[in-house]
Amino acid sequence: MIGISRSGVYIPPTRLGIKALGGGPGEDGGPEKAVAWSDEDTLTMAVAAGSECLRGTDRLQVDALILASTSHPFKEKQGAAIIARALSLRRDVQTTDLGSSTRSGLSAIRSALDAVKAGSASRVLVIASDCRMAAPGTSMEAHLGDGAAALLIASEEVMAEFEEGYAIHDEIVDVWRSGSDSFSHSWEERFVIQEGYQPRLMEAVEGLCQKTGLALADFTKLALYAPDKRSHRTVCGKLGLDASQIQDPFFGRLGNTGTAFAPLQLIAALEGAATGDRVGVVGYGDGAEALSFRIHEQEIGTELSRGVAWHLGRRRAVGRYDQYLKARDLSTREWPTPSGPGLSATIHFRDRSDDIAFCGQKCNACGAIQFPAQRICETCFSRDDFHPISLADKIGHVVTYTKDHFFPSPNPPTLVAVCEIEGARAYLQVVDCEPDAISIGLPVEFSFRRIHEAGGRPNYYWKARPVPEHGANDPTQSPSS
Amino acid sequence: MSDRVHRKTRDALRDKAAVVGVGCCQFGENWNQSPSDMIVDAAYEAYADAGIEEPQKQIEAVFTGSIYSQAGPHECSDALKLFNVPVTMVSNYCATGTDAFRCGVMSVAAGLYDTVLVVGYDKPKDRGVSGPSVMLDGVRDLPKTPAGWFSLCAATYFEKYGADREDLARIAVKNHHNGTLAPKSFLKREITVEEALAGRMISWPFGLYDCAAQTDGAAAAVITRADLAQGFRDDPVMVRGVVIKSGPNPQKDPDNDFLSWKPTGWAAEEVYEMAGISDAARQIDVAQVHDCFTLTELLSYEDLGFCEKGAAPEFIRSGHFELGGELPVNTDGGLKTFGHPTGATGVRMIYENVLQLQGRAGARQVKGAQTALSHNIGGHPTVCGIAILGMP
Repeated sequence: MIGISRSGVYIPPTRLGIKALGGGPGEDGGPEKAVAWSDEDTLTMAVAAGSECLRGTDRLQVDALILASTSHPFKEKQGAAIIARALSLRRDVQTTDLGSSTRSGLSAIRSALDAVKAGSASRVLVIASDCRMAAPGTSMEAHLGDGAAALLIASEEVMAEFEEGYAIHDEIVDVWRSGSDSFSHSWEERFVIQEGYQPRLMEAVEGLCQKTGLALADFTKLALYAPDKRSHRTVCGKLGLDASQIQDPFFGRLGNTGTAFAPLQLIAALEGAATGDRVGVVGYGDGAEALSFRIHEQEIGTELSRGVAWHLGRRRAVGRYDQYLKARDLSTREWPTPSGPGLSATIHFRDRSDDIAFCGQKCNACGAIQFPAQRICETCFSRDDFHPISLADKIGHVVTYTKDHFFPSPNPPTLVAVCEIEGARAYLQVVDCEPDAISIGLPVEFSFRRIHEAGGRPNYYWKARPVPEHGANDPTQSPSS
Repeated sequence: MSDRVHRKTRDALRDKAAVVGVGCCQFGENWNQSPSDMIVDAAYEAYADAGIEEPQKQIEAVFTGSIYSQAGPHECSDALKLFNVPVTMVSNYCATGTDAFRCGVMSVAAGLYDTVLVVGYDKPKDRGVSGPSVMLDGVRDLPKTPAGWFSLCAATYFEKYGADREDLARIAVKNHHNGTLAPKSFLKREITVEEALAGRMISWPFGLYDCAAQTDGAAAAVITRADLAQGFRDDPVMVRGVVIKSGPNPQKDPDNDFLSWKPTGWAAEEVYEMAGISDAARQIDVAQVHDCFTLTELLSYEDLGFCEKGAAPEFIRSGHFELGGELPVNTDGGLKTFGHPTGATGVRMIYENVLQLQGRAGARQVKGAQTALSHNIGGHPTVCGIAILGMP
């Protein structure tokens, strides 16, 4: 049996009210979208979702990693390789980036299913993550949201068995971003819906039904990609779906998360599914692709403490539009982005185990754990006698802290703490924490973030954040600095 | 640290060298002065103080300290036209000035030279920013702001000893007052506790008034062999001890309690041994203590043994460290009012202590001061320098 074994999602806690777009007064309780903050991007969200998906499992069992995104921070340089390092996956994991189309989230799932079926891998981690940039003032700005979804495709411990898939391609200039563009573009929306999205999505669904001999009524739930709320409603109507069959696409709460949109909805559908249910998922972009899954008894969905509902419930409204512009680097600045080569690539290369994987070391002589890696033990002074130990998935606590108003941030102060993790001490920024909520002894977990940008290149490192109570919504979230 | 090392350093340095001349340029936003201009002001005042009329013949070696200089030690030798002599530049964070002074003392004590010049200077105000720069040279240490580093003891100290921002504000008020009495200070304005507390927040709990000013400055000292000192002036000041101590980066040190900075305690232990001081609280008459931030001064009272750990707030409230108190600290207003041109600071403290010991400190004179201490702590902080001067 081949299918989905586990899932994980990440939705940034920051929400921007649709009414606040352009600078107007926000509306409490009105429609909003999830936005990645200044220290988040496609890769940090992908690491968070991937880490959630693999929580409690043996990461060394993963054979391949596929990242699907239209918003890679790098045009040349692989995202999956960064994620594999951040997640401390095995050295010989096959890493692949897919992109160019919002449909690639589903293509990645299909490729993973095919790889497992072919026997070239037994566990493939698929992560779809998008942080697409819409130009301020465009209708796309109101539609797009940010988020990531991860699925472990495997031949064992399968909770949702793969049944069949059907894909079509299409050549149409409806949504695009050329090499030199900062923002995604959309042709007139009526054209996109009438000639692109609606007919192609329906073609894929109908094709899947034909191929499997299933009727639409055989699907308990359908998770459908849609560029916006209205097109989703129209397509559901045209397909004649019963209200109970429609997976909530979370418009007004999440937004269209690109490659991750259909996978996120699929995970939400799996979380609410019962044994025997059939779930369909359909992606769109330069064609359409539909996949069908059958739910098995092994309901891993129920043990998800941080699923879609948890993430949607964890929210913190951003106060002002200009804060959002600043966080997304869309506001005018006195000086252009610092040019030059950025941070030394050789230093990054040497420090990648510390900085990207958040890997410390344990002294073989005295057992002390320390961070970062160094030649002489801080405690017993032995030389070169260590083995690596991952700190990324450990729980630590705050030893002391400060609130820095001087450090440049879209919403100061920046919280900074010395954190103790298994006896090691690390100096880290603290995110997702109100300034008044930080305290000595506060338990923290660790989150992969964009620490800053130099030379047009993002640099990544880990930050601490308060351990949320499992399963509980935490309304006191603050955007990270 | 073994007793053997203790004794060796103590005997090698104690009372082997004397300060016979000191100089200090006007500290401030010296827009119209280059580093060379400030070096000349400080060095020629020190020459005059020592009665040196032919520096090119009388100065045998130059030890400089600077952390902003791109030009290296040549900047100093060229400014002063001191050629055909050894010239060395020291860089050791905020202890740079004290370390340059220590190098000068060691060279004289070792018998390499009779008379040397120490110059500490820095010119941060040419960089176009009002505070320290936020440096972006590595991803791990961000945010890299000194206020962020030094404030890390606040949450822990406040929680354990019940101190608060008002205790810190009193230190700023004291130093602002003392600065009004020092001709070469930058800030000459009295402030109140209320004003200090109302300053904009920099890095909690440090508001603007908890932070040292940012200035340009240079200071100089002429050091000679103890037995030659009387030939320069009849009230030479003896170097009782000078010590530099390294410490672990407190941000990754596995057993830092964030109630004190380790290097200060270690440096104090050794320098007191060297100077023959068994009870610092009674034997030190006047002290210049590193006050890059108010909390740094507070912790140093304790780490230097001026009072018990945890007792500083009470001593502050009683006026113990004010002019006219039992142990006046930062009699010239400290880094708070002089600013902190890093390389200059330690030597500027030597300048103040020499004036105090020779009874030349004017309105801020500590009556009958016989023993004076100066202290710097810098880096994360990861280094401490202490010098003790005394009258023979």
